[in-house]
This record gives sequence, structure tokens and C-alpha cells, in this order.
Amino acid sequence: MKKIEAIIQPHKLDEVKEALKSGGIDGITISEVRGHGRQKGHKEVYRGMEYDVDLLPKIKLEIIIPDARLDEVTRTIASTARTGKIGDGKIFIYDVLEAIRIRNDDTGEAAL
Amino acid sequence: MNRNSTALSIDLATLNLKYPETALVNRVFNCTLLFVIGLCSNSLFAQTAFTTDQKLAALDSATKAAQLSGDNAWMLTSAALVLMMTGPGLALFYGGLVRRKNVLATMMHSFVLMAVVTVLWAIYGYSFAFAQGNPFIGGFQYAFLNGIGTAPNPDYGATVPHETYMIYQLMFAIITPALISGAFAERIKFSAMLLFTCLWSTIVYFPMAHMVWGKGGLLNAFLGGKIPCFDFAGGTVVHITSGVSALVCALYLGKRAGFPREPMKPHNLVISLIGACLLWVGWFGFNAGSAVNASGLATSAFVATHFGAAAATLGWLFGEWAKHGKPSMLGGISGAVAGLVAITPASGFVKPFPALLIGFLAGIVCFFMVTTVKSKFGYDDTLDAFGVHGAGGTLGALLTGVFATYAINSGLGNDSAGKPIPLGWVDGHPAQVLNQAVGIVIAWGLALIGTFIILKIVDAAIGVRASVEQEIEGLDLSMHGEEGYNLDA
Repeated sequence: MKKIEAIIQPHKLDEVKEALKSGGIDGITISEVRGHGRQKGHKEVYRGMEYDVDLLPKIKLEIIIPDARLDEVTRTIASTARTGKIGDGKIFIYDVLEAIRIRNDDTGEAAL
Repeated sequence: MNRNSTALSIDLATLNLKYPETALVNRVFNCTLLFVIGLCSNSLFAQTAFTTDQKLAALDSATKAAQLSGDNAWMLTSAALVLMMTGPGLALFYGGLVRRKNVLATMMHSFVLMAVVTVLWAIYGYSFAFAQGNPFIGGFQYAFLNGIGTAPNPDYGATVPHETYMIYQLMFAIITPALISGAFAERIKFSAMLLFTCLWSTIVYFPMAHMVWGKGGLLNAFLGGKIPCFDFAGGTVVHITSGVSALVCALYLGKRAGFPREPMKPHNLVISLIGACLLWVGWFGFNAGSAVNASGLATSAFVATHFGAAAATLGWLFGEWAKHGKPSMLGGISGAVAGLVAITPASGFVKPFPALLIGFLAGIVCFFMVTTVKSKFGYDDTLDAFGVHGAGGTLGALLTGVFATYAINSGLGNDSAGKPIPLGWVDGHPAQVLNQAVGIVIAWGLALIGTFIILKIVDAAIGVRASVEQEIEGLDLSMHGEEGYNLDA
């Protein structure tokens, strides 16, 4: 099993979610996060006080999938989340040791 | 404040002789009036024929009653509007500008004064401000609201109950110290803020209100002041005193922990916008209500107020656009408040176009004060109470001396030759600018010295500033034990 952790633009969330759902991915966890990679932030001015804001709002999306589906799913996420501009985000892939469904103790891919 | 109102009294007999063409109208009016009086006092008049004197007396009292109810309706409405400026207006405006951890404490600074100042006002505040005393402070005549009932006090408002005037003026006494809270927000102890306000109202506000508006006050242009200073609705009394005191507070308390290294962005400009708009609307009660009647003068003040706010909004936005490249919502509402402040002393004295000019200048000057001047001197006036109220109030008070005209305000009446007495520079009386300057200097001096002494006293007695730990935790939790936003509760 693999864990895919994708940091994407907030406005792309719905599109990515729909694409994953139609690809048969049922489980998804998202969080609102702030961060930056190479993208520069922006400047805000409040009554003459200037603030550089470089931690920008992003969405972190986590899904666990069977090894066999890794390529297909990462490609789906990358192609839907892409705008071609700096700040589109990144995808990270991890190995998963085990998965357990709390309701009935299913383990492994059966628990996904 | 001007007492332009003279009790309306119509002498029909004279009117008919002078203007025969109005006789018919008057007859109709007369019949209607008699019908009304007849209805009201059926048993008294039913069997007796009227003498002319009786008719006139009845007419006179009926017209007086009609005017009193009209004026009183507007003044009670105005009083409510001015209270609305403090809560929720100022509470929302200031509350949105601070960080999330201080939103309730900041709103509390405004809200609690609606209670505290009211009690002071009832016990001795109104008396110190408006009872006869010396040129600097009133006496004890009205202590515990002694003798203040429904009968009008002709000095302050011939056509409204004295009690209405008392409650209307209370709303000014509430909002003035609330304005100062913008300077010490996010770092003052709540107990210190309460003690400070009680002392400040007593030592600064009540005397200043007496000097400008009280009978026999030093600066009262209409009730026997030695130095006639025009301040229609509180440029000196409210905005200079609060704004300059705010500067003293900001300097005395020092900067907030982390200022200016840490970002201290407004946490919710949406509620600040709502607050600013409530201030704008409430200001109609503040300025137009200061006519103390529902006359044309109130309309003049209403129009000037609105025009001043509109022009100042544009002034600030343009200044910001030119300097920072973007016009901001916060800039727009700050400009509106600056314009309302500056037009306050002038509102019942100036024509609409000078009002636009005063507002526009205030928008630009106050923008310059809070952006350039503040950062140059480096003081931490958290919410710019000085930059907006101190600077805007001073500018407005000076320009009132330039643009005040008898065409708007006939309160000074005519000279012996029957000509209207000139008011400001535009009337050919440039010396009025000097009178205004004296009023400004007195207000600045009283605020600077009074506030400094009060802060020393409060600091020695209980300490003014919250501890660094309390400040970092946020005043909502450390002073009040609660949070503004429990979104997952």
C-alpha cells in the first residue's frame, strides 16, 4: 500500500476530488494548511504597515491506495491540479506498513 | 452647540394686519386649531365664548406643545443614535482591527463605558459639565440629577425637556473615553482601564464639556464665554481630548510586545466595516442632533456630516492608491471616520461645499498622520486614535473658524445696526481662526497634562499595563476568561 500526500491549490480541490471519486478512490482526508515552496508570497498593507505574507493557504490531501494503482492515481492528481503556474504544489509518496478498519478489524488492502 | 431655536409663537392678529393675503389661510388654520383645542378641553370651553387673549394663549400653548413633541422626538432618536455609535459601532470597528485574541477585551473597552459613564453622569457628571459654576467647570446644582425633569432648560434647549438634553449629552460622555481605547488596546489591564476612565471623565471630559457647551463656560460662543470658540458637536470636546489623550496613553504604555517585528494584522475587517457604517449613521444623531431641535439647522448639520464623510473616504483612498498602489477597504472606512471627525465641530456652521472640502482634506491629512508620521516617530497607537481623532479633530476645529457662516447658523444674532454678526473668515471675521486656535490649545493642554497625571496615579495605584504573559496569551483569556470565537463549540 502507498500513501499519497498531495499539496494543491485550494481552488483545485473540488476538481481533484471529483476525478478521484470517478476513478474509484473512496477514502480521502484533506486539511487546510499554509506553506510555500518556490512560490513567492504577497504584500499586505494595513494603514501603512506592510506585511510580507509568504505562507500561503494550500490544501493537503491524503489518500492510501493499493500499490497497483499508484501510477494511475498520481497522474490523475497531477493532471487535474495543474494550472501550469508556480504554486501548483507537490505530490509525495510513502510506503504504508499496515491499514486497519476500526469497525471490524479488516486489515491490509481490504481495509482501504 | 447652538441654541438657534426660539419657541414658535404666532400672533395671528398681527399677521393678518401685516399680510392680509394670509388671512384666509389663517382662518382655516385657526378653525382647525380651535377644533382641536375644543376636542381636548371640551368641558372648559364648551359653554364660554373665547376672548381674543384666551384664543391666543391657547394657540400659543398648542404650538409650543407641537414643537416640543417634534423636537423631542428627534432628540430622543439622536440620543439613541449616538449610543449606537459606541455599541455596537465603535466596538465592532475597533474589535475587528485587533488580533483575534483581543477582540472581546477591545469590545469591552467600549461596551463597559455605556455602564460606567452613565453612573458617573447621574451622580455628578452632568452637573460638573452643565450646571453653572466657574468658566472651567460646573457646580453641584444638578448633582444626582437634582431638578432635571421634563421642563425645558432654555439655555440648552428651549423646546425639549431638560432630561432629554441630559441623556443626549450622556451619550457623548460615553463615546469620548471609548475612542481613547484605540490607543491602549491589546495591552492595558481591565481594572486600570476602568479607573483611568473614571478619572479621565472627571478631570478632562466634564471640564472641557463645560468650557465649550456649559452656561458661562470659557469658550462658549453662545452662552457668555470669554473666548468664543465654535464647536458644534465636539471637535475640541470629544475628538481633540480623546485623540490627544490617546497619544499620551500610547507613549506612556509603550509598544505592544513584539511591535513592530511581529505581524499585527486586523483580524476581521468585515466587522470593522459594519462598525464604521454604524458610526457613519450614528453620527447623524451626533451632529444633526447637536442642533437640539429638528430645525433647518439640524438639516444643515446632517448634510455637512454626510458630505464630509463622503469626501474624506475618497481623500484617504486616493492617498493610499497613490502611495501603496492599492485602495483598501480599511483605508476607505478609516477615511470615512476621519471625515466625520473633522466635520463634527463645523457641521452646524458650514455650507455643503466647504463640508466636502473639509472632509477631503481630513482624509488626506489623517492618512498622512497614520502612515507617515506614526512610523516616523515609532509610537504604537494601536488603532490610530490619535492619527484620526486628534489630527482630524484639530483640523476640523481650525477650519470651522474659516468656513463658519451666519448663512447657516444665526445663533449669534444681529448687531445693533441689524446686520448679522459675522462668524468665520468667510463672513469677514478672520480673527475667529485665532479663537478656534485658543480652544484647540486649551483642549490639547488639558488632555496632555490631565491624561499624564491620571496615568501616573493609576499606575501607582494598581499598575496600568498587563504583564507580558497576559499580553501574549491575549486579553480575552487573561482579563475576561473567555474567547471571541469558539467555532468548534
